[in-house]
Amino acid sequence: MDEFRGSQNYVADPELLRAVNIAMVLQKPLLIKGEPGTGKTMLAEAIAQALNKKLIIWNIKSTTKAQDGLYVYDVVQRLYDSQFGGQGVDDIAKYVKLGKLGEAFTADEQVILLIDEIDKADLEFPNDLLWELDRMEFHIPETKETITAKHRPVVIITSNAEKELPDAFLRRCVFHYIEFPDKELMADIVRVHFPDLDEKLLTQVLEAFYKIRQLPQIKKKPSTSEIIDWIRALQHGGVDPKRVVKEVPYLGVLLKKNEDMDALRRAWR
Amino acid sequence: MFGDFLYLLRRNGLKVSLTEWMSLMEAMDKGLHGSSFTGFYYLCRCLLVKSEADFDRFDRCFLEYFKDVPLEQEVSQELMDWLNRPDVLNDYANWDEEQALKNMGLSEEEIERMLKERMQEQNEEHNGGSYWVGTHGMSTFGNSGLSPKGIRVGGESRYHRAFRVAGERKFRDFRRDNTLDTRQFQVALRRLRQYSGLVDLPPTEFDVDNTIQDTADSGGMLKVRYKRPRENTVKVLLLMDSGGSMDYYSQLCSALFQAVSKSGHFKDLKVFYFHNCVYTRLYNTPHLMSRDSVTTQWVLSNLPGDWKVILVGDAQMAPYELLGGYYGRSGDPDGPQCGLDWLQRIRERYKSSIWLNPSSRPDWGQYWSQTYDTIATVFPMFPLTVEGLEEGMKKLLAR
Repeated sequence: MDEFRGSQNYVADPELLRAVNIAMVLQKPLLIKGEPGTGKTMLAEAIAQALNKKLIIWNIKSTTKAQDGLYVYDVVQRLYDSQFGGQGVDDIAKYVKLGKLGEAFTADEQVILLIDEIDKADLEFPNDLLWELDRMEFHIPETKETITAKHRPVVIITSNAEKELPDAFLRRCVFHYIEFPDKELMADIVRVHFPDLDEKLLTQVLEAFYKIRQLPQIKKKPSTSEIIDWIRALQHGGVDPKRVVKEVPYLGVLLKKNEDMDALRRAWR
Repeated sequence: MFGDFLYLLRRNGLKVSLTEWMSLMEAMDKGLHGSSFTGFYYLCRCLLVKSEADFDRFDRCFLEYFKDVPLEQEVSQELMDWLNRPDVLNDYANWDEEQALKNMGLSEEEIERMLKERMQEQNEEHNGGSYWVGTHGMSTFGNSGLSPKGIRVGGESRYHRAFRVAGERKFRDFRRDNTLDTRQFQVALRRLRQYSGLVDLPPTEFDVDNTIQDTADSGGMLKVRYKRPRENTVKVLLLMDSGGSMDYYSQLCSALFQAVSKSGHFKDLKVFYFHNCVYTRLYNTPHLMSRDSVTTQWVLSNLPGDWKVILVGDAQMAPYELLGGYYGRSGDPDGPQCGLDWLQRIRERYKSSIWLNPSSRPDWGQYWSQTYDTIATVFPMFPLTVEGLEEGMKKLLAR
């Protein structure tokens, strides 16, 4: 049995690893929620890399329909071809194109399927996928063909909690909420991105970062991607570690709202 | 196997289904709990709980059911609320040298025993003392305290001296009955949708399905079909109380305002402000300047009755401000004579209207609760929380 233990580029806390492995053993989709910037999307990449499997990403947008993931029947193209006497118009299969889910089902070996930001779609979207995710099969009426998964893909679903997901859908998932990493875990994460970062700078950066996050007045709290950008900026500017906590240079990288900057200035004055 | 636990969870409002319970059994069978109690806890949580909003509830059920297995101490919600006071001044005014030395001498066991005793005795909030569980004081428990040694109970760790975090209910903030931020507001507001293909608009949207159907029907001769666009027909009038006792809720109200104005899916949106109660004029800005205002009568006669009206206010004022004739008397002897009359006018004109209240009903003192109760008889009143807003939206859409 494959087991996921994190990867070189992805530091996961033990709870998350446990949830990933539970989902894989029970063959249920893993639903990941968490603050923006806690690495929800990165997780699927890391799993694919660690288990050496192909990753198929299905990016959900507000206009995405469940059907798009299964297959698309290009009627207009067929009509067009038929009017101009194109070849093979009788062959409906030529006009049926598999979506991401269909691609994952027909793959010759087990793949990782990431359904990214499922909450972006319409409220009914998850319900439309219940059967397909449960049975890992779907039927194409046009060609009278049933697509069944050759190997059940490992399904990772991420959500930013913009919409409530329906209960029936939730019942079929393993759920994990990624908490914001604490200082030690964050230090590990930063070290993965900057292997030769000065320890003094790291300590100072973390201290300033968590001090800012703790302020209740800050509305949009900085997240992991922001701390990484910030360190890059600090390194690039060659800032002396001693100045980091005192002056917080390049503040604009961490805080994206004017009110937050003002709040910080007031709080630290 | 511990089937009672399932029923305990369900009794506490967690919607655990049999499917999920069977998954748990299957997982246990496959040894996914890793033969450890912590592993078992996480296994249960990721299979039975599907929202971080329920983690706190789950934690408490888990503690209750498996209480013989020592975990953390249970700290009452009441106590946690007293301690959740980031607003209390953050200074060293309460520093006490003598107490500091005394506290340094205590062992961890002694402090833990004292905490247990205090939790039995204490029955009110304390900030800045040296004996009780509270904030910003010299006592060895509570949070944001100045004692060099102690147990942190709740709150954000600020002085890093507490050597134990008792009952750190990390997910308490996610509970759905908490007041909410803009994003959650927006999600709730999205429910306020009424699609209609019957709006009076020319058919301008290309109708693919019917074009294909009709083209096929006429043997390949192209027949283009158009349809009327589907559109949200909901129009919203937002009336917000501003100033006075509402200053306390300004952040919450501004979050609601932002969410309403950001959700661009309403057909039309108008926002007006009032102070305490709606009288003869409604103001365009929260500063309530009369040169920047319209008459309430103008709003009533210009916005048709199918507008959905959301009033936001604490509904707490002196009774004469609602019922007395000093405010709100219209020139017309048959017209409204007081604030309440105006509210009733609005209610009669707009069948779908609700009142959102950021404050809960004052449970002592008849003075403030009187107007609260009176207004609640005029408008359906909902608390300004995620659940309250959702309920309110449902009410607005009901026909």
